[in-house]
Amino acid sequence: MSKPHKKIYLAAGFNTVSMGTGRCEFNPKKARPGIEHYFNEAVQGTLKQIGGAKNVDECVVGNFMAARFNKQAHLGGLFPMVDPVLQFKPAIRVEGACASGGLALVTSIKNVLAGTADVSLTVGIEVQNTVKAIYGADILAGAGWFQKRKNGHAYFFPGQFSDRAGTYYEKYGMDYARKGMGRWFRNAIENARLCPTAQEYENKVEDLEALYNKMKPNGAAFVDHLNVLDCSKVSDGASCVVICSEEGLKRCGIPKSEAVEIISWAHKVRNLTEDPVDPTELITIKKAALSALEDAGITIHDLATIETHDCFSIAGVLATEALGFAEKGKGAQFVAEGHTARDGMIPMNTTGGLIGWGHPTGGTGVHMAVTVWEQLTGKAGASQIAVSPEKPFALSINMGGDDVTVVAAVYKRASV
Amino acid sequence: MDYSEKLQNVTVLGAAGKMGSGILLLTAVEMADLSLKPENKGKAFVLHAMDVSKEGLAGLMLYLRAQVQKVAEKKTVALRKLYANRTDLIENEEIINQYIFDVMGLVRPTTRLEAAYDSTLIFEAVSENRTLKVKLLSQIDQNNPEKPWFFTNTSSVPIHLIDEEAGLGGRVLGFHFYNPPAVQKLVELIVTDKTNPEMIEFAGAYAKNLGKVVVPANDFAGFIGNGHFMRDALHGIHTSEKLAKEMPFAEAVYMVNRISQDFLIRPMGIFQLIDYVGIDVVSFIMNVMNPFLPDEDLHSDLLDRMISIGVKGGQYSDGSQKDGFLKYEKGRPVAIYDPETKAYVEIAGFNAKCDGRLGPAPASLIPWKAAVKVKDKDQAFGSIFGEMKTMDTLGARLAVEYGRRSNAIGKKLVADNVAHNENDVNTVLLTGFFHAYGPVNGYF
Repeated sequence: MSKPHKKIYLAAGFNTVSMGTGRCEFNPKKARPGIEHYFNEAVQGTLKQIGGAKNVDECVVGNFMAARFNKQAHLGGLFPMVDPVLQFKPAIRVEGACASGGLALVTSIKNVLAGTADVSLTVGIEVQNTVKAIYGADILAGAGWFQKRKNGHAYFFPGQFSDRAGTYYEKYGMDYARKGMGRWFRNAIENARLCPTAQEYENKVEDLEALYNKMKPNGAAFVDHLNVLDCSKVSDGASCVVICSEEGLKRCGIPKSEAVEIISWAHKVRNLTEDPVDPTELITIKKAALSALEDAGITIHDLATIETHDCFSIAGVLATEALGFAEKGKGAQFVAEGHTARDGMIPMNTTGGLIGWGHPTGGTGVHMAVTVWEQLTGKAGASQIAVSPEKPFALSINMGGDDVTVVAAVYKRASV
Repeated sequence: MDYSEKLQNVTVLGAAGKMGSGILLLTAVEMADLSLKPENKGKAFVLHAMDVSKEGLAGLMLYLRAQVQKVAEKKTVALRKLYANRTDLIENEEIINQYIFDVMGLVRPTTRLEAAYDSTLIFEAVSENRTLKVKLLSQIDQNNPEKPWFFTNTSSVPIHLIDEEAGLGGRVLGFHFYNPPAVQKLVELIVTDKTNPEMIEFAGAYAKNLGKVVVPANDFAGFIGNGHFMRDALHGIHTSEKLAKEMPFAEAVYMVNRISQDFLIRPMGIFQLIDYVGIDVVSFIMNVMNPFLPDEDLHSDLLDRMISIGVKGGQYSDGSQKDGFLKYEKGRPVAIYDPETKAYVEIAGFNAKCDGRLGPAPASLIPWKAAVKVKDKDQAFGSIFGEMKTMDTLGARLAVEYGRRSNAIGKKLVADNVAHNENDVNTVLLTGFFHAYGPVNGYF
């Protein structure tokens, strides 16, 4: 069941900066704030918008690997650290690799539907710059099946998606594919430049596609079919929202004009121990997104914007095919023609997505929801897109692992 | 010659020194990579790190561990393949740690020369002292039944003299790394007509595996690198001494340093380079070379004076720069030493005045960082220095004079048969000194 029997609202979004390479204040050689800092900042950011912690019934935090990145498990116990009023309230941490944030949303939705909460505080967080990328790759590989780690690539997940990209090149041509992937990268950076919390906010490269084309994939140093610009960022960051019932919204004093309604959602999981049947297809994303759209009673043509999980540029291109914007093999062309740019047919990842805004892995699902909330309520600042009354919907797609756990949700500006 | 057999028992002499530690690192990694090949399974590889300083050796092992970790982190993709059969090593971290263990495992720190008595290959990187080098090499050779090969890192002593005086029978060649050896791509290879051809072949293979660029130099004191650097430095010193007749010494040093860096588009000014190498080391090398140069006097009273005061430059063990002619803060020069008052004078107090006297740089001038990337060098530098030649300013005149002197030194190295050709001279300056263009050019 993913069509709620009562109205579910999302509001009071907050994103910390996505910290890491690209931000001028980031210096890998100096001591940096830990996971507590980001947790505190994000939760405070939301609590200020809901009349304080007293209005919270339950707490959920989505996180992937703090137990290894930060040697810190048991993140539910951090909520009372932020505000003593949260002491002894229920709090839980959920995990589904990079879809942990999406699972936090789902868990909060279920809290509200179950009636145990009218206001469920929802955090997504990851602080990853505690280790060099080569060791981070070990940690992130936990999103795959460990039995395959030994024969996998040193950079395990780039390796997985490099294989997908390689198969796509074989089928449809490398130069053709990379035109779409390069445009995806350009869109990501251009959108990130409009969002002050984005990791690539300060990126000043003039000709992004020329830069992209200059950096050929090099298997000896990295992976065979992707360069580093094809990859999402290594990020420290957190995002926070509340998921509320109608009563909860009232209790927090949030007018409906400041909230979005979650019309439907889908949560699908594929067998972790099996390789994808067709590497050029994101089957779980397809099933989850289409199921959410169907439950919402809409089609892709009713969407004003989409936040999709572009952990790698190829995943962005494949998502356009999974969603049905392009036929199989035509996604690269669809993207290259600018249809997913902010002024295109369907603006995707309007604050830069995982490649431009950043990818604090367990936080991304909540970050997507915050971005959608900002766009639909007119709070997106310089990155604001026009949302017409004919297309009032938005879709978020949050993926964990290699298309294994996917959470998709359909949102609409809450009617006044 | 079996390449890996020659590398099974190696000694580095002076292993804790600036050059020795880099040579040890590169050799340790190369030996470990060989030991991990399936065909070498079960064979023992041993690398003796010999130095007279116990403290130095303790520091060396820490340095080595940190550097090997960096090496491993950079080549993890390849290491995963190398350890593919080790089912117990799964994560990158496990593989990197195993590699560090394997490299460190073949290094034996020692203060005893006897360690070299069973080595088949010996790298010599002790201080630039001919008597010491000869003494150590002959002692090892007399006690080592393996008829070892000697690779000396000398940057100035003629190889044939070491060979004759130590009685090595042609089992020695010059394998001159540039500082720091782990980073610098250049190696000067110096052989004599007596050098064992097998050794030369091995040296080529070893350099190639280390990713080095080899430039052959003839066996003449100072070879190509110091043959240019020492004379170039002396030109800078003499120019500053001339200028100092009309202005305070510190200002003269500032101007020559600035000309030799900014106007000549080099990575650092000549006085900074002397500090980097060490004022005492530069003086030492000049003293080694001078007896072989009957028509020149490769000597500087100024360097002697600085050394006698105790201002020597060089580097701290962490690689940061010690004060010399210039005083450094966070690696940047902030003051200049005045030997009269024995005190540093702040650059900020006089640089505007000096820059005014030098006059503007040519409008077409580009910074060194951009210059090293220039593709059409003749076009770019021809036009920059062409413009400089038309300018009637003190700065332009000094720079053109400097460029012409560097050019003459380069040509002399070929004429004197130190370098085989002009191209080799240019390669040494481009690769070993990171110049943006070679000294033998038509720009000046």
